[in-house]
Amino acid sequence: MSIQSLTYLFVGISFGLYIFIAIKSRAGSTHEFYIAGKGVHPVANGMATAADWMSAASFISMAGLISFMGRDGAVYLMGWTGGYVLLALLLAPYLRKFGQYTVPDFIGTRYYSNTARVVAVLCLIIVSFTYVAGQMRGVGIVFSRFLEVEIETGVIIGMGIVFFYAVLGGMKGITYTQVAQYCVLIFAYLVPAIFISILITGNPIPQFGFGDRLIDQDIYLLEKLDLIMTDIGFKPYTSGLKETIDVFCITAALMLGTAGLPHVIVRFFTVPDVASARRSAGYALIFIAILYTTAPAVSTFARYNLLESTHEVSYQEAPQWFKNWEDIGLIAWRDKNNDGLIQYASGNAFDPVKPKYLDSKGEFGERVIANNSQASSGNEVYIDRDIMVLANPEIAELPPWIIALVAAGALAAALSTAAGLLLVISASVSHDLIKKTFATNITEKKELLYARFSVLIAVIIAGLFGIYPPGFVAQVVAFAFGLAAATLFPALLLGIFTKKINKEGAISGMLAGLLFTLAYIVYFKFMHPELNSSSNWLWGISPEGIGTIGMLINISVSLIVSLVTRKTPDEIRDLVDQIRQP
Amino acid sequence: MSNSNRNVDQYWKKNIQIVTILLSIWFLASFGFGIIFANELDQINFFGFKLGFWFAQQGSILIFVAIIFIYIRLMKKLDQDFKEEIDD
Repeated sequence: MSIQSLTYLFVGISFGLYIFIAIKSRAGSTHEFYIAGKGVHPVANGMATAADWMSAASFISMAGLISFMGRDGAVYLMGWTGGYVLLALLLAPYLRKFGQYTVPDFIGTRYYSNTARVVAVLCLIIVSFTYVAGQMRGVGIVFSRFLEVEIETGVIIGMGIVFFYAVLGGMKGITYTQVAQYCVLIFAYLVPAIFISILITGNPIPQFGFGDRLIDQDIYLLEKLDLIMTDIGFKPYTSGLKETIDVFCITAALMLGTAGLPHVIVRFFTVPDVASARRSAGYALIFIAILYTTAPAVSTFARYNLLESTHEVSYQEAPQWFKNWEDIGLIAWRDKNNDGLIQYASGNAFDPVKPKYLDSKGEFGERVIANNSQASSGNEVYIDRDIMVLANPEIAELPPWIIALVAAGALAAALSTAAGLLLVISASVSHDLIKKTFATNITEKKELLYARFSVLIAVIIAGLFGIYPPGFVAQVVAFAFGLAAATLFPALLLGIFTKKINKEGAISGMLAGLLFTLAYIVYFKFMHPELNSSSNWLWGISPEGIGTIGMLINISVSLIVSLVTRKTPDEIRDLVDQIRQP
Repeated sequence: MSNSNRNVDQYWKKNIQIVTILLSIWFLASFGFGIIFANELDQINFFGFKLGFWFAQQGSILIFVAIIFIYIRLMKKLDQDFKEEIDD
């Protein structure tokens, strides 16, 4: 069978499975719709959390990014796993004890104020929508490369599936489809990694393989990679390039943001008790760590393979994947020195960086681009970071069924996260805005109807993001974490660990964190991108890491404002005592 | 009543103590070994890896998993002690 029919087969089977599960686990009440009736087993919840958490970004983009960042790529590895320690030790058990439906629910109750609730909903919606847009781009890329349909059609099919099981099953349906999606995605991630590890080092465990010797030479893979890279003008793969303070702040912002992401937190509301909440955080991190410890191995293999199979190779003899991805528009080559060979070197090949293709073919059959050549660099190739994982099986010449499997895995990763995000968005609208704030007297049946209706609206908006991606989506996704770190995380943390913080403190803290972080990001990323370099940054901290400072500002403002305003009421102090007991 | 209040206070104090110790390890394994001291640790070879690089891309994650499971253990014990004292 061809790669394409295999891909149709695998994707078709996996989609059929998700729909089957959704029909089996329909939700009949708001209790089931929002938190799956609190009946989810910790191991199942751990898997669902892992699928919920590992998005198109983790599956498709992360290893590629690390591949081009070397050691600095650890900001993602540590940032997106270390947050679970914070979640398990500081938030999950207490929020489960509180036992309500949504994150704004806790903030609204603990700070006895619907204003605080609405501010939390606002933060939640900003964070979740920027995040969901990235998932849709992932779905689009996979569909267009592997199924050769238009991106629009791909997005509409994906949204249709998510809509079906989110509306039907709510949290209950999502949870069990996410368990299935985890199995699909982890299998699809590990199989090619193991194959490639065996091919390059002979070691079947990728986590050990990338520290092993090459199969045909008596030299460590990482040592060899460092040598090749320094040879063609890069810094060694295993050395860090970013300033230490920036690496520190980005890692912290990603960790704190992870712990503050509503679609992750809400998963801990679905288990039966406090002890299960702790255990499912542990299982979730194990399931996540399986992928996250494999990813840096994949990055190393991919970088090595890429350099070995393209550098100083003539375009006509370049491997087929090079041309396939050029056709999709994620690779471009121009023969700057007219030798017919592909030269790969440090620096951007073209100006602007992303290729703009013309409708003609060049001397060697390559796609001609309109960009200027970047004169300062001998680099002749543009390679989009997003293709590294998807192209990896092709680069390593693995059998077609593995390539098809990776496509199904990438879709599982994107869809599971999109569903989780859409559900928290709709729950915050139907529960927090409608039921708790603006129409408090509606019946449960009505609320369930509103919940389903809000999923529909959220799906349509997310679909539009996928079909008409605003140019800045990719950049903005990373900022969702900074914003979550500066707004929701401190409000939750302070709400549990101090009784002093009152509603005035919490509201002004969240707003201060939100405004500061948003302003810093907008200033450097959108208003003055030309100033976006370390010499202009506050203490050398990039917009990606500024959420850490935003969090400190949030905490300081909360504390100071709480000191000069009224004491928290006694019943709130009792509530805090309550949630601190197991 | 006052007795159970004292138990609640003790439970919370012990809890804070556990969390503080475990978060110190969390900080040391990631921010310490993976970022601040990474260049120094890179001088050491660890099964083919430079040690700082290994902590940044592998070791820290493994330690995170261990921390959560130690926490689950300790809290399970603490919860049991607390329940017994309340029942007494």
